Amino acid sequence: MKQIWFYIFSLFLLMSCSSKEEDVYIPIPYDLKIPKLFEDKLIAPIIPFDNPLTVEGIALGKKIFSDKILSGNRTISCAHCHRLQEAFSHSLQFSEGANGTFGHRNSMPLFNLAWNFDEFFAWDGQDISLENQAFEPVSNPIEMNADWKNIEKRFNNHDTYPTLFKEAFGTSVIDSNLIVKAIAQFERTLISADSKFDKYLLGEATLTPEEQNGFAVFMDEEKGDCFHCHGSNNNPLWTDNQFHNNGLDASFADLGLGAVTGDPADNGKFKTPSLRNLTFTAPYMHDGRFATLDEVINFYSEGLQLSATIDPLMKNVNEGGVGLSAKDKADLKAFLLTLSDLNFINNPDFK
Amino acid sequence: MRKVFLLLIAVLTLNSCKNEIECCVNFQPITVSLKFIHSWDATPILPSEFNQFKLVTENGETISIERLRYLLSNIRLINGVENYTFSNYTLIDVSDGNEFTLNLPESLVAGSYQLKFTFGFSDEDNQDGIYQDLNSVNFNVPGMLGGGYHYMQFDGKYKDPNNTDANFNYHAIRAVDRTDPNNLVFQDTSFEVDLGTLSFINDSEIIIKVNIAEWFKNPNTWNLNELNTMLMPNFEAQKQISENGETVFTLGDIN
Repeated sequence: MKQIWFYIFSLFLLMSCSSKEEDVYIPIPYDLKIPKLFEDKLIAPIIPFDNPLTVEGIALGKKIFSDKILSGNRTISCAHCHRLQEAFSHSLQFSEGANGTFGHRNSMPLFNLAWNFDEFFAWDGQDISLENQAFEPVSNPIEMNADWKNIEKRFNNHDTYPTLFKEAFGTSVIDSNLIVKAIAQFERTLISADSKFDKYLLGEATLTPEEQNGFAVFMDEEKGDCFHCHGSNNNPLWTDNQFHNNGLDASFADLGLGAVTGDPADNGKFKTPSLRNLTFTAPYMHDGRFATLDEVINFYSEGLQLSATIDPLMKNVNEGGVGLSAKDKADLKAFLLTLSDLNFINNPDFK
Repeated sequence: MRKVFLLLIAVLTLNSCKNEIECCVNFQPITVSLKFIHSWDATPILPSEFNQFKLVTENGETISIERLRYLLSNIRLINGVENYTFSNYTLIDVSDGNEFTLNLPESLVAGSYQLKFTFGFSDEDNQDGIYQDLNSVNFNVPGMLGGGYHYMQFDGKYKDPNNTDANFNYHAIRAVDRTDPNNLVFQDTSFEVDLGTLSFINDSEIIIKVNIAEWFKNPNTWNLNELNTMLMPNFEAQKQISENGETVFTLGDIN
């Protein structure tokens, strides 16, 4: 009799274990499609060990990215300032926050973020890692102006998010770390590598003579000398992801990297933006001061301002720049526009 | 009698083996590392002192350093026909620290070895776009200059004769003569550094002194007022840079 009770008890124990196993959902690993040019030319993208990409995590991040739940008064989402049709930037010089306050920097475009090897994000490099970056705008009073504790409560009380987090991360108890992990997973899938120039490098398109000359101006140290900071055919990110003072101002209203590091030598330095998708990312510079590409090119050609921290790569500063001819300027612009990727902004996976 | 004789031979044989190991060859594996230490003559170059006008060139210009990174390749020890390679190529970024250490990935036996490396890439290794890590840190040379990679990017500022800040980009690449753009003429301006034959009996750290001031000094006294930026397409400047580099690296202590 004792033995029978023992067997019945063991059976219940086993059944209970079995039922627990059924509850555990294993997210499906996501195979990030690395463009051929990136695979050939660059080292591997940064995917943190503690936040591997999964189908469920990416879908969840995409949903959160467009959900106004992240803002204090539920009026704006990440997508408010990072719009797909604008290569995840914003066509306004400064974006309006949840409380109607405007910021003082232009919204940065979002793509190829997994190839930011040093992992310093934002114009001033204040955020280390994509996950940490996602924390900042939520609590920033001039952006989403929310309290993370309240945001966590909203997610935990939501009718669908606990299930989605359970599927993505194995727990329905949602905290801010998991929220930013999901957003970062989605952001790492935002890959832009299908411009005309990409196709040209792959032998699938030809450049016009003007575009070819524009590329030559870009690569010529005696002319544009853009390649030292903005990549090349061998670095298809079109940014070095570093911080430079490119000679915008003689004195600084915004210290940029200098305000983060506290080092006066970093004053006026801002992150080099990628030159991909310029068609969609106006206005330009960290403060969106230039409405058009022509203004940008004119600035580099004859508008440089000397300051103590101007990058030594800026040539002929005392003359305002290298003084490109009208033809070289026009051709440079033609080349830059070949870096625009229509398939990126129309990618249904990002909508 | 025969047994005694055999025993005697065996004892002698064993004894002789023991003596050979102890007296003649040290089979203990030895680890070797290189430590590059950067200075401006006798003054250490510290990243914390970048962007400060503290250094004076042989020609008398006061300079500050903003960026200094350079490439060494085929860093190796040679023993007869055997090569022991520290690294096929290494990018040293002085903004990461005054010292840079490279460990030999394998052990050596005690003995004498010749230490050699190449500043930059020889033409054979200087193939356009093939090194993903160097592409990723933007160390390429434009195709119009023959492609491949920089040997060095050394950027900073100097005080011009009006005491105004001016920029310099002391960039070393393979020299290219573009007199005829359709027929570029190249000269391999990488150079081999031979630090001589060194003897190791224990684990060793070899100090390599890197005197940055030499780039402006010997044999060509560098005038930054004349040669400051846009040096990459300057064939003659590249040859002079290469000549000046020959005295930058010297052997220090072996610890």
